[in-house]
Amino acid sequence: MSVRATYLDMPVSIDDLDGENLEYFRHCAAHDFHLQQCDECKLLRYPPTTACPWCACLTSTWSKVEGKGAVYSYEEVRHGIQPAFQARVPYMVLLVELDTQKAKPTEHESLRVVANLTTPDGVLAPPDMVKRVGIGTRMRMVFSDVGPGLSLPQWTIDEAAAQPEKPWRYPQE
Amino acid sequence: MPLPADTDATTPKYLRDKYAIVGVGETTYTRGSGKTTRAMGTFAVRAAMLDAGLKPGDIDGMLSYSGNDSTPSPFLAGDLGIRLNFFMDVNGGGSSTEALIGIAIGIMEAGMCKCVAIFRSMNGYSQVRIGGTGARSAAPVNGDALHSRTYGWQSAGQMFAPTFMRHMYEYGTKPEQVAMVKVVHSEHASNNPKAFYKKRYTVDDVINSRMICKPLHLLDCCVETDNATCVIVTRAEHARDLKHTPALIRSVVGRCSKPRTDMHYQHGPITRVAGYYAKDILWPNAGVGPEDIDAVGAYDAFTFTSMLQLEDYGFCKKGEGGEYVSSGITRLGGKRPQNTSGGHLCEGYTHGMNMVIENVRQLRHDADDSCPIGPDGKRQHTFDYREGGCRQVRNIEVTANLGWANPMTGSAMVMRRG
Repeated sequence: MSVRATYLDMPVSIDDLDGENLEYFRHCAAHDFHLQQCDECKLLRYPPTTACPWCACLTSTWSKVEGKGAVYSYEEVRHGIQPAFQARVPYMVLLVELDTQKAKPTEHESLRVVANLTTPDGVLAPPDMVKRVGIGTRMRMVFSDVGPGLSLPQWTIDEAAAQPEKPWRYPQE
Repeated sequence: MPLPADTDATTPKYLRDKYAIVGVGETTYTRGSGKTTRAMGTFAVRAAMLDAGLKPGDIDGMLSYSGNDSTPSPFLAGDLGIRLNFFMDVNGGGSSTEALIGIAIGIMEAGMCKCVAIFRSMNGYSQVRIGGTGARSAAPVNGDALHSRTYGWQSAGQMFAPTFMRHMYEYGTKPEQVAMVKVVHSEHASNNPKAFYKKRYTVDDVINSRMICKPLHLLDCCVETDNATCVIVTRAEHARDLKHTPALIRSVVGRCSKPRTDMHYQHGPITRVAGYYAKDILWPNAGVGPEDIDAVGAYDAFTFTSMLQLEDYGFCKKGEGGEYVSSGITRLGGKRPQNTSGGHLCEGYTHGMNMVIENVRQLRHDADDSCPIGPDGKRQHTFDYREGGCRQVRNIEVTANLGWANPMTGSAMVMRRG
């Protein structure tokens, strides 16, 4: 079953033949983060793909993954490009390195999951929250509900975690 | 029966100097061309043909690249009276120029045609904006794009910013250092009558310009323009009969990539760009290394893209790009000037072609600056690089072009004066 919805005034859709994305977002809609785990080499992968990027195996099993990690890199958008985001600046795009499968299968590879910085209820973060986040900030995954069968994974500050004293921020601040 | 040695294509130097760029042409760099991509492309190909001293009947191959924002080769060929033995219009932006030069060599080597015009035509400001605003940004989000565009992660600057930011974190690269890329390229542009922006900028101008997508200020980003550009490639032996000193192609790399190019940064270090892999093809095939290069065209879609490539192609150590670009080496008059036309940051954004065109003119020792033209029809270069002056690199023999598509994919080329 294809998905059609609207998120921040943007029409979003997943076609009924796009089984991998439908499955990924179906788990997200249940506020569960699942990734494909290769049936042969057992490595998890992100985002969804047809074959395993490490061993080219075509079969995988959707497995629950803990949505926790630390900011690996980030950007802060001040000039929105898409109409939906023009009125929502500043917003943050975070590249968060999951604790799961960190530095595997080689030291430079990890599961790095892209999403916005949001409040715990999945709403784009206000400017004062944006200022608190930098490289190293501990994050936990939350979800923005978009419609039936579709929620987007998002990142919020993990207030329960031990945070770095001063996360790394862009030097001109 | 063993094959004769000269057809052993596994020898890297096999095609070294066998092909050349013999003609270059472009439209003016404008915002609001008032012309179709067909009209502009026709103008650029014709200009390159005249530059080379070729007639329409001499050209029998055509290649172009675009993101569905241009006019296909057969239209331009027909308009100019060119009968094609080969053409191909490929999808792509940055890093296509060098890749298509490599394809041109391949199709000529295969005997499919003899002389190839490669063009890019775009109304990158007035129609399909290269920066991503306009129709493209408003398009509905489907399938795989849910992993990026739903997060406001779409434009080139937005997609590359995590690489740039992480570089600052890992290596202590300062905004003031990166800004020097713009400063130096703007100095060069001020000596280029064709450049869209001829003003010289300072470090303060760059770091005080408004933030677009941290760490990118407005002046860290290139200038969207309307333009068409063209280079003509043929065999070096044919090049000798034409108008200019040929720019011989020593080595070319096309769309060489890092593992996993899906822009989700699964494979690191994310500050490493495709040049890390491309250099192992580029330098051995060319038979030269970074230290032999007299001038560089380092793709400057952003100040950072130029700097990152210089590191991974080995012009400086990884992480020392900030120091390198602010050392004076990259200036006209310095040891290894780069983007001597002003590049994408100042001359105009072309998806790479203008930096190849510039190096061809440099290798002819005929950069089109405002130096006086002598009785032989060539410019009498003064080598006075002050504002509005000369931009010819003295005694230049070998150049490199480093083409960028994104952090994961790049192309490159080494040329020498024929």
